Amino acid sequence: MSEQELISPTSADELVDAVNSAIASGKAINVTGSGTKSAIGNNVDAHVQISTSKLSGVSEYIHSELVMTAKSGTPVSKVQKELAKNNQMLAFEPADYSKLLGTKGKQTIGGVFATNMSGSRRLSAGAARDALLGVKFVNGKGELIKSGGKVMKNVTGLDLVKLLAGSWGTLGIMSEVTFKVLPRPEVMKTILIKGLSDADASKAMALAMGQSTEVSSAAHLPETISSTFLDGAFKDQPVTALRLEGLKESVDDREKRLVKALSEYSDISVIETDQSALLWQEIADVKPFCGTDTIVWKVSVAPSLGHQLVAKLRHVTDVDAFYDWQGGLVWISLKSGHHASELRQAIKELGGGHATLIRGSDDARSDVDVFEPQTLPVAALSARIKAQIDPKNIFNPGRMSLNDDVMNKTAV
Amino acid sequence: MTEIIKFLEPNAQIISRRPSIIAGLAEILPDDCLITDERELVPFETDAFIAYRRLPLAVVLPETTEQVAEVVKYCHENDVPIVPRGAGTSLAGGAIPQEDAIVIGLSKMNQILDVDLANRCAVVQAGVTNIAISQETDSEGFFYAPDPSSQLACTIGGNIGMNSGGAHCLKYGVTTNNLLGLKMVMFDGTVIDLGGKALDMPGYDLLGLLCGSEGQMGIITEATVKLLAKPEGAKPVLFGFDSPEDAGQCVKDVIGAGIIPVAIEYMDKPAIEICEAFANAGYPMDVEALLIVEVEGSEAEMDAMLAKIIDVAKKHNVKTIKESQSAFEAALIWKGRKSAFGATGRIADYMCMDGTVPLSQLAFVLEGTAKIIEKYGLRVANVFHAGDGNMHPLILFNMNDPEESIKAEQAGMDILRLCVDAGGCLTGEHGVGIEKRDLMTHQYTKEDLDQQMAVRAAFDPKWLFNPSKVFPLEVREDA
Repeated sequence: MSEQELISPTSADELVDAVNSAIASGKAINVTGSGTKSAIGNNVDAHVQISTSKLSGVSEYIHSELVMTAKSGTPVSKVQKELAKNNQMLAFEPADYSKLLGTKGKQTIGGVFATNMSGSRRLSAGAARDALLGVKFVNGKGELIKSGGKVMKNVTGLDLVKLLAGSWGTLGIMSEVTFKVLPRPEVMKTILIKGLSDADASKAMALAMGQSTEVSSAAHLPETISSTFLDGAFKDQPVTALRLEGLKESVDDREKRLVKALSEYSDISVIETDQSALLWQEIADVKPFCGTDTIVWKVSVAPSLGHQLVAKLRHVTDVDAFYDWQGGLVWISLKSGHHASELRQAIKELGGGHATLIRGSDDARSDVDVFEPQTLPVAALSARIKAQIDPKNIFNPGRMSLNDDVMNKTAV
Repeated sequence: MTEIIKFLEPNAQIISRRPSIIAGLAEILPDDCLITDERELVPFETDAFIAYRRLPLAVVLPETTEQVAEVVKYCHENDVPIVPRGAGTSLAGGAIPQEDAIVIGLSKMNQILDVDLANRCAVVQAGVTNIAISQETDSEGFFYAPDPSSQLACTIGGNIGMNSGGAHCLKYGVTTNNLLGLKMVMFDGTVIDLGGKALDMPGYDLLGLLCGSEGQMGIITEATVKLLAKPEGAKPVLFGFDSPEDAGQCVKDVIGAGIIPVAIEYMDKPAIEICEAFANAGYPMDVEALLIVEVEGSEAEMDAMLAKIIDVAKKHNVKTIKESQSAFEAALIWKGRKSAFGATGRIADYMCMDGTVPLSQLAFVLEGTAKIIEKYGLRVANVFHAGDGNMHPLILFNMNDPEESIKAEQAGMDILRLCVDAGGCLTGEHGVGIEKRDLMTHQYTKEDLDQQMAVRAAFDPKWLFNPSKVFPLEVREDA
């Protein structure tokens, strides 16, 4: 990668100027926040780096509206601190893989939305993209574009907000984001079922999610990794965790009903708010795979298929895995080789989903598509969309696909 | 009535080719899937925005995705505009055809293909009605959450097109938050699949982009939607107030106190009278503003939440509180609310607005609405989703009085401008269609709209899908 000039605009106007001068000189831009996710995605060959880290601060926050507007480079920790003052939160629980990746810096709110990274509560509360109500971004023509707004319901015009969310900086640079927030639950409890195989846990989680008890998160921690949680409290026993949150009276009532619905399982226990918060934080941090140097994949499939995928992959290689989102999010750790094609083939055979390489050596990242390759018509469509927003392909070229050139050639 | 909103000038060259176009379509479709007789085209000339009518060139009612793909391919090759149609319940004119276009109606594609309870989702064809999904899964304890008032008739395809909401989306979100996957025919007849049963899709969020794209990007033929476990119980409670300000403040403070009921609906006095006369729901008649607040869960949960809401309401001078005492009463309360538009239609013609405003602006915008209505010498009934600021003033007028019709349209536009100026938007859940198209420049700059149109062009390079809608005609030239 060539030496990159670093620009950190301090206002939307400066950001527009920075993009325009890159366009004028034909320089590709490496778009970053604070760089906590720079190790994810295919390598970007760019001449200039534009960082949003100095576009920082909460611009508007009226807590009774459940809406906050912040500049894109505002640290997530700052956003969460402001929200906590009013007992509110980001319901989708922004995922932070810094510990897993060993990266430093405070992840930015823009970075969270640009990568659409959500935590365990995504199962019930929606993803980052569902919380994002409005954006201002600079497009590839150097124009500051507004999409969406600051109200919770808005179907006025095309939803470019969703398009920007999860586009990994390949469509533009956000200067400001407006998002929905929610009240923090009064209490949190986690029902633990011990001793279940992956397949039985999948059934138990589906049963729990089918109850009228509003389970907000469901995870399964197999015996190979369960001892990494809560200081070894699970003693190498597999643990299935079901989270209940809300008003105290409500949670107590739902706990009773859920435990009753799960009566076929013998080893059931409950942990209270503090221990629960710690457990779900550790799941969010991908704790079992922190501090190692294995290849780590994040796989999204239909929830009931997560354990089947892992079983299939075990025929091919040594696999460590655990499950969030009722089994719909599978964290996979591989000791030898990335096995991208076997993994993706297995996903396809099971009926679809996608795999993202979250941790891998530079070699691995230049060898495989970090993101799931798209079918040809969808890849061509995506390339056409990119060309309509970033006609000169200056934003993060190649970040989302190794085959950008191929995609451009197939574009209509 | 006099028309303020213009359609694109019909292309005489396309209309002159009508016989050959019909012949071309007849080769693709079975006989009973093609409508060309003028009398039989009449039911398709408008939707629920009945002030505007256009007869289409022909209507096709395909039975399979393959047939849709062939029809779209034919239209692409022969430059024939296409107007997609679900059940034709659009309040914004999203499904109104034009003289040089064919209508692709999805009503025959009405099969539920797969109900997968372990993964809490259903795969359905686009012509399945919204309510049918909940009916199909009800006995198993599941439902599909978005519940537009027209849910008995409206289709999932139309819901996706308009990103429809409903009374209960305060808790459950709108269509885009409940959509997992779809199958779509693109402009050249290519069929693509996006998403599926996994919680999120790879690559750009095309599901999010397509949801609410108003039939301008392709024809959606199948969808995978989320199912949710039904709550243990639900209870609508009526809160009557002597002033709209008290009701508005109460809504703001309930939400501000960290309580999110499943729905908070607002009705003003005229709306209460209209709906009560229709449904006999037991609404209090001696109040100026009524909130229907719905809580969910077990009895214990509902009681706990209700107690907190009552505390807040008392601080805002609540005059009457009435809990529904039975499932029958609860159903009546919702019948009254969900029939509001239809019930209004019994006493006058009406135009339904759909602006959304920040909660803190509710009282201000209600007051402004009253002033605008007074200025034009009209009447209004307000009924809307207060919890998320989505307002539905119903402007009452007489469609046979040309002068009053124009006044009603102008008043509507003034109200929507007021919503935007108050920090809100033109439409919360009905869509832009033709109705609000010419106001888009009030909410967006030229650059904003050019960017949206450029993205649109990636899906429809010839602008054949629903061409008169969403984007003001005068800003299109250099897009």
